[in-house]
Amino acid sequence: MIIRSKKASDISSSEITPPEIYLGRRRFIRDAGLGLATLALSGTTSTNEVAGQSQEIPPRFRNLKSELGEDLNSYRDITTYNNFYEFGTDKRDPSRNSSEFEPQPWTVSIEGHVNKPGNYELDDILAPVTMEDRIYRLRCVEAWSMVIPWHGFPLADLIKRVEPTSNAKFVRFETVHRPEQMPYQKTGVLPWPYVEGLRIDEAMHPLTTLVTGVYGTELPNQNGAPLRLIVPWKYGFKGIKSIVKIEFVEEMPTNTWKMANSFEYGFYSNVNPEVSHPRWSQARERRLPSLFKSHETLMFNGYGEEVSQLYAGMDLHRWK
Amino acid sequence: MAMAKRFLNFTQGWTFTAGSNPHSNLGSNTMIQKHRILVCKMLIWVAALSPGAWLVAGLFLNWLGANPVETLTHITGMTTLVLLLVTLSVTPLRRITGWNVAIRLRRPLGLFAFFYALIHFNIWFVFDQVFNWRWMVEDIIERPYITVGFSAFVTLIPLALTSTKGWMRRLGIRWTKIHRGIYLATTLGVIHYYWLVKADVRLPLLLAFCLSVLLIYRIPGWLEKRRRTIARSHGSDVS
Repeated sequence: MIIRSKKASDISSSEITPPEIYLGRRRFIRDAGLGLATLALSGTTSTNEVAGQSQEIPPRFRNLKSELGEDLNSYRDITTYNNFYEFGTDKRDPSRNSSEFEPQPWTVSIEGHVNKPGNYELDDILAPVTMEDRIYRLRCVEAWSMVIPWHGFPLADLIKRVEPTSNAKFVRFETVHRPEQMPYQKTGVLPWPYVEGLRIDEAMHPLTTLVTGVYGTELPNQNGAPLRLIVPWKYGFKGIKSIVKIEFVEEMPTNTWKMANSFEYGFYSNVNPEVSHPRWSQARERRLPSLFKSHETLMFNGYGEEVSQLYAGMDLHRWK
Repeated sequence: MAMAKRFLNFTQGWTFTAGSNPHSNLGSNTMIQKHRILVCKMLIWVAALSPGAWLVAGLFLNWLGANPVETLTHITGMTTLVLLLVTLSVTPLRRITGWNVAIRLRRPLGLFAFFYALIHFNIWFVFDQVFNWRWMVEDIIERPYITVGFSAFVTLIPLALTSTKGWMRRLGIRWTKIHRGIYLATTLGVIHYYWLVKADVRLPLLLAFCLSVLLIYRIPGWLEKRRRTIARSHGSDVS
């Protein structure tokens, strides 16, 4: 635990200031290895920190910034503005309609070309991993973005444990199908269950994260409890929520949005300011809570240094 | 020409001189009629201004959510479309109920629709395009849903500008023709809404259904008018 207070009376500024500030941002980024504002934290944190779900940012996150010096979005914004069509198509629907959802107990089925397939209890998946806070920009295909301190672990850690074979070229993820708890799964607005996929090297990339929390606390239902994916250099819809199935496959899986509308959403969906969506220019974004759509969108959402080699030689205008 | 003149007289009758026109209900009913229209107009003002009031209050009291601009855009757009559909309901309402004076509700409804369209456009121009004309033109050209939405807005401008009694008088029969633009504007507006929705098209389809009913209702009337015009022109050929 990096952030530790001895007594309430003797907290010094160096201890409540996040390391990337007092170490010097650049040095910290280099040391962290990935250009991430990554704080290694031990296991669980008291959920009381954001109990009451106030707009107040919990103390250890106060003044924390992204590696580009960006402010974090509030817990309230992160948990009340969600695209999670299983609970409704309005951004507020998920926070309103997800209280019946039961994220515990949870089992993830791991299938396909792996040496250790099976049904894994979430607790067993989490037992050996080191949880980290990872501050990432979330860039939605709808041209808004947030900066979010996720709590999770690299997907690669799990993949290595289940030992994929050489036939595992892609990873296919599936969201739980529970129409009785997810009201919009009774409608046909999208084909259910929600499916997403990654190429195996994308899945193994250290930035690709399985998330179980936000602001150091349990992931709320509306954000994809109890286990979701975050791929920070891709548009937000790639970050599939409430995952129950991880399948290692040979063929490129068809993701839900591509199924729903193949003209608009491709498999890769890397953040790319030069490739417009038919309905939105992707050159700019609205960095919430700002009112103006004036924030310039960065190639690969600002993670180009880490991920561009994954796409060397690929025509990114074609592979959208 | 005779047809045009007759139509003009008729139009003037039910648009702005209802109280003193033989087409309207006179006598002991006049006061009640006036009272009823006044109440309806007040209701329209309250109903039409309430979404705006809710948004302004929400801006200050911070209940528009994490992305207030999106809420502002959606609600002003939706209000525009609903008001356009309500405006288009006035004629069927008159025909069905025989309450001809209801025509006097049409202008305030139409103007409120334009009022929201204007705000909707400005929110987009200010917050999405950040006053940048080049970005705006690019968006209008490149994105079909914006092309139709912008066209709908532009179509409404002359309608709003010529909504006054003075312009009605000056334009005469042409006023009616110009104001048929509302059919085009509403249709484009509904297409705009349908195209911008990502997956859940139920609400745009509901609006499209309402619009279809309102347009289909008018078809027999249009056909009848056309038939009479043709008959009349044939008649004048013979004579």
